[in-house]
Amino acid sequence: MYRYDEFDETIVRERIDQFRGQVARRLSGELTEDQFKPLRLMNGLYLQLHAYMLRVAVPYGTLSSGQLNALADIADRYDKGYGHFTTRQNIQFNWPALVDVPAILDDLAAVEMHAMQTSGNCIRNVTTDQYAGAAADEIEDPRPWCEAIRQWSTLHPEFSFLPRKFKIAVTASATDRAAVRVHDIGLQMVRDADGAAGFRVIVGGGLGRTPYIGDTLRDFLPKEHLLSYLEAILRVYNEQGRRDNMYKARIKILVNALGIDAFRNLVEEEWGRLDKHGVDLPTEETARIAAYFAPPVFNGDAGATIEGVAAAAPPHERAAFERWLKINTAPHKTPGRRIVNVSLKPIGGAPGDATSGQMRAVAHLAHRYGADEIRVTHEQNLCMPHIAVADLPAVWRALDAAGLATANIALASDIIACPGLDYCALATARSIPLAQQIATRVAAREGGEETLGELKIKISGCVNACGHHHVGNIGILGVDKRGEEFYQITLGGSAADDAAIGERVGPALPTSGVLDAVDALLDVYQARRAPGERFLDAYRRLGAEPFKEALYDHADA
Amino acid sequence: MKAVTGNDLRAGGVVYLAPDGGWTPDLARAAVFEDAAADAALSAVSPRAVAHAYLIDVVVDGETVRAAGRTVRRETIRRDGPTIKTDWRDARL
Repeated sequence: MYRYDEFDETIVRERIDQFRGQVARRLSGELTEDQFKPLRLMNGLYLQLHAYMLRVAVPYGTLSSGQLNALADIADRYDKGYGHFTTRQNIQFNWPALVDVPAILDDLAAVEMHAMQTSGNCIRNVTTDQYAGAAADEIEDPRPWCEAIRQWSTLHPEFSFLPRKFKIAVTASATDRAAVRVHDIGLQMVRDADGAAGFRVIVGGGLGRTPYIGDTLRDFLPKEHLLSYLEAILRVYNEQGRRDNMYKARIKILVNALGIDAFRNLVEEEWGRLDKHGVDLPTEETARIAAYFAPPVFNGDAGATIEGVAAAAPPHERAAFERWLKINTAPHKTPGRRIVNVSLKPIGGAPGDATSGQMRAVAHLAHRYGADEIRVTHEQNLCMPHIAVADLPAVWRALDAAGLATANIALASDIIACPGLDYCALATARSIPLAQQIATRVAAREGGEETLGELKIKISGCVNACGHHHVGNIGILGVDKRGEEFYQITLGGSAADDAAIGERVGPALPTSGVLDAVDALLDVYQARRAPGERFLDAYRRLGAEPFKEALYDHADA
Repeated sequence: MKAVTGNDLRAGGVVYLAPDGGWTPDLARAAVFEDAAADAALSAVSPRAVAHAYLIDVVVDGETVRAAGRTVRRETIRRDGPTIKTDWRDARL
């Protein structure tokens, strides 16, 4: 993992001192709320429905066990004993007191963490594939490039007051687990004809009230020019993006208004003018950063197999263990190792929440068995990317004891849901109770949700789409109609390499109709799918009509 | 009828302007204003007491005060949770 150097340390400590003074001035009345608001937001502190909320950056979703333990301590000492992992691979604390926030930031700094640039119109926390450095199908570990972007974008003077917030995601695998096509900039590592690694640069994706799938700006960018090319894109956006209307200020609106070809011309022209050597990392600096991400040494049994450990499980545990192995673990590039996904979606629980005890349990397991590494996924789960196959039984039992072994990764109950009206000041409807009820319903279907296969349900409590409903196979958007909660269903969305914006299939449904509507959609799918066909593929093959009929025939009944 | 609400500046919790000029977490004990007087009450709020003060519609129901109008659901959740309850995460459906 990357370790702070003296510059990182100084930046974070100076920012805390500055914010401590700002908090004192706010409490004394020297600053009004209007004056204080942009200052607190630049330090990740929001005011939500019930309380303040502190969003802590988890750079590219990577945590050490020490950092996760520190987050657990903060949850206990300053909050209500839990935290909420977000779709930006960050963590939010929902109940901090303003007077405690400087001390929380001190505690974060002690483990090389902070809350800067988790809000505001700046470049936000860069996100990546949670399997980075472990995935069998990646070209190289994308995290050194994420770290380069983090350093370049931290307090970047030119890009601290952009027209609107700016989100970058990076993947180095053909299988997109980072949703790169729905980010302001998506970077996908690819090889050119000579086998050299570089980036496909995708721009103008995004969700919110105007969703777009990003366009390819460049098929291949030599990786050594990543930062200068990003700088050119950001400079064009900063100069030409709209500032008169916050709903039209994201880069997706600019790209769509200009057209991708015209936007590309502007970027290439700007890039041609840039002093690339002044921005791009020298080779030795790239190597220095990359050294922090060297693969952990593995001295375990390279011949251990999941079939072997499953066969060795006691009979009373075997079925549950095998199911967890199948659903919650993934291949590792090193023989004898396995990637372990930790579900934060217990059936009936609040998606993405983890108690301090659960955080400590995962931290302990990562320290003992997992090369001290934990990842936060954009689907609001955790991941331990480096677990020896031989240790899987012990890891599974410990996760199970902590309530973290729900075998539902990528299944229907693995729901992304925004905090909705249960926390968020912007929300118009609740998301969490609906997610809890849908998860409970799908898990109780005949044969279990495993029979449904991969199925991404995503729920947002307002048009800002923090729950990514546009890219849900089944997307659910909460809306307010004359003071009542209604839910709009979209179908066919995807955030993966087959990215698509879901289609709205009809009028919004009252709360009382949503559970039965989801059941009706799943009934159509199960009745008409081809063997092994995913929900998304069945929807694309069959079209909207049979699903729409089931949805609204049911609603009319 | 209106009441003035906001979040306690130091701790963040939901509070309502009380008849004595102080702040209470209990909407039932909030000061109630006719629409015309409500704006003046909001303007008089000290910025040292609360963050983001605003007016909500309320009705007086006997000796208590309840949220009303278009934002009744939002204000009810804001006041009563369920997330504000310490045991809400233990409740499984």
